[in-house]
Amino acid sequence: MSKEPVAVVGIGQTKHVAARRDVSIAGLVREAARRALDDAELTWADIDAVVIGKAPDFFEGVMMPELYLADALGAVGKPMLRVHTAGSVGGSTALVAANLVAARVHGTVLTLAFEKQSESNAMWGLSLPIPFQQPLLAGAGGFFAPHIRAYMRRSGAPETVGALVAYKDRRNALKNPYAHLHEHDITLDKVMASPMLWDPIRYSETCPSSDGACAMVLTDRAGAARAPRPPAWMLGGAMRSEPTLFAGKDFVSPQAGQDCAADVYRQAGITDPRREIDGAEIYVPFSWYEPMWLENLGFAGEGEGWKLTEAGVTELDGDLPVNMSGGVLSTNPIGASGMIRFAEAALQVRGQAGEHQVDGARRVLGHAYGGGSQFFSMWLVGAEPPDS
Amino acid sequence: MPEVLKAPLVVEFPFTRSLGPVQSAFLTGLRERVVLGVRTADGRTLVPPVEYDPVTAEDIRDLVEVAPTGTVTTWAWNHAPRRGQPLTTPFAWVLVRLDGADTALLHALDAPGPDAVHTGMRVRIRWAAERTGAITDIACFEPYDGDRAQPAGHTGEFEDPVTGIVAAARLDYTYSPGRAQTAYINALSGRRTVGERCPSCRKVYVPPRGACPTCGVATSEQVEVGPRGTVTTFCIVNIKAKNLDIEVPYVYAHIALDGADLALHGRIGGIPYDEVRMGLRVEPVWTEGSRYPDHYRPTGEPDADYDTYKELL
Repeated sequence: MSKEPVAVVGIGQTKHVAARRDVSIAGLVREAARRALDDAELTWADIDAVVIGKAPDFFEGVMMPELYLADALGAVGKPMLRVHTAGSVGGSTALVAANLVAARVHGTVLTLAFEKQSESNAMWGLSLPIPFQQPLLAGAGGFFAPHIRAYMRRSGAPETVGALVAYKDRRNALKNPYAHLHEHDITLDKVMASPMLWDPIRYSETCPSSDGACAMVLTDRAGAARAPRPPAWMLGGAMRSEPTLFAGKDFVSPQAGQDCAADVYRQAGITDPRREIDGAEIYVPFSWYEPMWLENLGFAGEGEGWKLTEAGVTELDGDLPVNMSGGVLSTNPIGASGMIRFAEAALQVRGQAGEHQVDGARRVLGHAYGGGSQFFSMWLVGAEPPDS
Repeated sequence: MPEVLKAPLVVEFPFTRSLGPVQSAFLTGLRERVVLGVRTADGRTLVPPVEYDPVTAEDIRDLVEVAPTGTVTTWAWNHAPRRGQPLTTPFAWVLVRLDGADTALLHALDAPGPDAVHTGMRVRIRWAAERTGAITDIACFEPYDGDRAQPAGHTGEFEDPVTGIVAAARLDYTYSPGRAQTAYINALSGRRTVGERCPSCRKVYVPPRGACPTCGVATSEQVEVGPRGTVTTFCIVNIKAKNLDIEVPYVYAHIALDGADLALHGRIGGIPYDEVRMGLRVEPVWTEGSRYPDHYRPTGEPDADYDTYKELL
């Protein structure tokens, strides 16, 4: 028996900001969920199950927050699942929800992800003082910067590429009302002149710390037929993982990421992603990860990703726009960041992306990764249902 | 087998909470010695209050004052109070349904012993002398044989409401790095770096974790590596980390010790930070009383060829 096609019929986000002091965690997730229901013109009673994701509990210090969020998400008397795969969690949460629909376990599922970074300090949460270990690292940037240097060495990319990505994503964010950073006076010179934090990563090439939530309503063919607005259809979705550290691990282009993308393309019948895919929302928390992931995802050959960035191919008006929403570089409620990528991909193929809409986007990739480049989750969504 | 290392690990953080409208009213009320619940669509009064109706999932904002007196619905005796609990002497954990409420609130009951506590007993709030807008504004409950108090019908509107709280959390662990890392750490105290070889893929893991993550088999064969190694990649850290006594800028590097199949991480010194490069040959510099090399410095050897370390970045 074939799988049930999965449609995205509702999308909601909060306006992402540094601190939402006016709402509780429950109030924050509720706002995104309510907007997704409104978009789908559905009520709480129409939802069969809730699948929620967030990054480590240490980030807000609430153990198993899903327990206390059941009321806020209308989950009483319904199945509720919590997913956790570090930074990729927003993507894997959406895929767990999608699989429940694809397997015909549930007809309509509400999925959402959130982070309220203002309640704690993620850098603290990621660097606990483990006994007997030498404290050395300086946050996520200190972890990823050496891998970026390795990419630069391997590809021969000019030093300016990272700044080009940051300049592009911050300009794209100006067209997205939900983005956290709206830097109206951004220039390439300002990016280049920003301080080196973890050389080769400049301040302006890092992501902000945000409070935000994102929600989607996923449904089956019958649900899609009742939808008030055009649905986005899942054409392929996959997750892959690998150990954080192992002999032979390729941090620049992890095998798990390549395998994950290949699985998605196989499901969707994509043989030439560069030509057949109209845009991508890629998890880029540090600007250099755009060219790195372009290669890992098969949009460019090894060592060639930076050439797409440099030539303007990934600009909003280029022929493979990347991070039309402004990306993680402009908005980073960690647990939600992956789902925002998935939701923004769906907005594009629904033609609902507003000012950052890519004309005629028919197939768009949503991508997330997390841990030490360890967990990958991706989906490809289309304007037409699969096999039609 | 030598003894496995153990050490205390304390994880604590002053988490902040934005309260939202309902919890804000509830905690501000406690500050003013007013207990507020919420009324649900089906007419029940929930104390402590919630923001969303558990039955209909709709917003609930209908605040209702209840009495500071109530009835114990169930309880458990706490023989040995721990740090941070409401009372320092033995007490009862109680669920109290306040007069006017349909649900019960968890708190502490000050009683001389378990024989003095029973389900159905009447209790009242003992307010804390100093109140800030927190659940601890209720110091505890105490036995009460007077009349049911009458709430004044407060609306839940307050001057200067509490909108956020600090919720300090602390977890006490006993951490053990396990057999393999204990051996590694013990060898370091003799200024030797000892990894373990996977019996299947033959890769040498430094530091060892007792199993090969690729093959999924236990490792036990110990292999001394280094002391020299190659900088495979690095970054220059310009941010001074809290609680980390290292002057910036400093170079944080991946170092493949000779004989290891995985780079470990260390700081590079003895060379200007902007002259560090991939392929630089380095050796450890130890300081008295330290478990780890303080940093690695150039050996003066010619740089390693990229092909010799490109798999070890």
